[in-house]
Amino acid sequence: MFKNVEELVTKAEQANMLISEVMITQEIEVTGRERRQIIEQMRRQLLVMEQAVERGIHEDVVSVSGLTGGDGKKLAAYVKNGTMIGGETTLLAVAGAMATNEVNAAMGTICATPTAGSAGVVPGVLFGVAHKLKPTEEQKLNFLFTSGAFGFVVANNASISGAAGGCQAEVGSATGMAAAALVELAGGTPRQSAHAMAIALKNMLGLVCDPVAGLVEVPCVKRNAAGASLAITAADMALAGIESRIPCDEVIDAMYKIGQTMPEALRETGEGGLAATPTGRKLEAEIFGRRTKQTK
Amino acid sequence: MKYRTVFDIIGPVMIGPSSSHTAGAARIGKVARALFAEVPERADVHFYGSFAKTYRGHGTDVAVVGGLLDYETNDERIRDAFHHAKEAAMDVHLHEEEAVVHHPNTCRIKLTKGDKRLDLVGVSIGGGKIEIVELNGFDLRLSGNHPAILVAHLDRYGVIAAVSNLLAKHQLNIGHMEVSRKEKGETALMVIEVDQNVDKALLLELERLPHITHVSKIHD
Repeated sequence: MFKNVEELVTKAEQANMLISEVMITQEIEVTGRERRQIIEQMRRQLLVMEQAVERGIHEDVVSVSGLTGGDGKKLAAYVKNGTMIGGETTLLAVAGAMATNEVNAAMGTICATPTAGSAGVVPGVLFGVAHKLKPTEEQKLNFLFTSGAFGFVVANNASISGAAGGCQAEVGSATGMAAAALVELAGGTPRQSAHAMAIALKNMLGLVCDPVAGLVEVPCVKRNAAGASLAITAADMALAGIESRIPCDEVIDAMYKIGQTMPEALRETGEGGLAATPTGRKLEAEIFGRRTKQTK
Repeated sequence: MKYRTVFDIIGPVMIGPSSSHTAGAARIGKVARALFAEVPERADVHFYGSFAKTYRGHGTDVAVVGGLLDYETNDERIRDAFHHAKEAAMDVHLHEEEAVVHHPNTCRIKLTKGDKRLDLVGVSIGGGKIEIVELNGFDLRLSGNHPAILVAHLDRYGVIAAVSNLLAKHQLNIGHMEVSRKEKGETALMVIEVDQNVDKALLLELERLPHITHVSKIHD
């Protein structure tokens, strides 16, 4: 089993394999399942992601609290209008990321990547770049295996839990995973994938988890948006030949240590940051006041 | 390594909104239900740390109850779990605890039916993964992601050997095994994670071995 990014990249380089192939090979070894079964399961995850993005972009999704919903749809319509300033690919990725998280907040069905709160980034980027890179189904599945390989390292060496490590551990990890997978999809090398992950995650370090009313909505939906956009930028940087001065594994380790020293109020307790702003508190009181009445 | 497969990262497919607070919570409930092996009359759910502070917003409460009703993480009935619990005649009591615990997402579940009791502590470690860290007063580490056999027994020599011999006879490979006891010579608990599901006949056979008081299982 690869223990860190360096081992993962070296394995891919030595065997002249894609990162996704290293992940699939390991999966076969560890679980004893057949390749066919593993691919089939990933195909199911891909389908759930696709349906969530579609739903969020075409339907009027509203969360149980009413705090979020409809922004992914709004952005997709704006892009269709053609008046945007940023790039189309990036903005479509952002729309898909928000759409997924809005469906999640509405207690819809999603696939966690690596968590539900950060479930928008990976599919957002994948479906956002699809019209440009035109991936085959196999390439889409590989995108998920490569994302999984990098997420696997973070989960085992650091954390992917907002309660343990803040939002950097969730959206930060997802952003790094998506950046690395996008490099592979665009034809970059395994080492460039590692640089893309490092560049992406570096820019997410210190990001706190401060959900308003403790809900996975504000600011989660918009942080997924930022994650999707950053993932594409980091992938482009790595593909241009830019390297992270700090190796990917050390960035992951830094993320872990930052998470450990982060005050509890900023780790998914809904007690600090945006949750503790006057508006955050007001929204919390409104939502829970209303909910209590409903259940009585 | 805490995470073993790519589907711990790209997955689970679940009902939102939180993998740790919804999907993980549902899984803890489901393991408790599997070990209890029937619908309890009463379920006391104690939330600690981040669970205690944010369970309403994350649907942690409905998720645990959904798990106790044996629902999967992607079962849409989770949303109305309290309603379904009522229909199943399961009396649910929630408790918000102040105590500081090692992991922020911790939950204690106490189930009863008649004289039968179960007391379990689970933590949700992120991305929908969980660990059961305490069962009926015994410390343990159980992921709930693999089929597992739990054997309550008296702390006597030869018991572990007898159990592992029986598993060998049935050609079951042990992936992870732990033995925990409260005091020397008293009751002990063996937790055995295996690679494939175990059938009831084997459990009955295990239960007939000397010094064994109770056998239960968690399946995949």
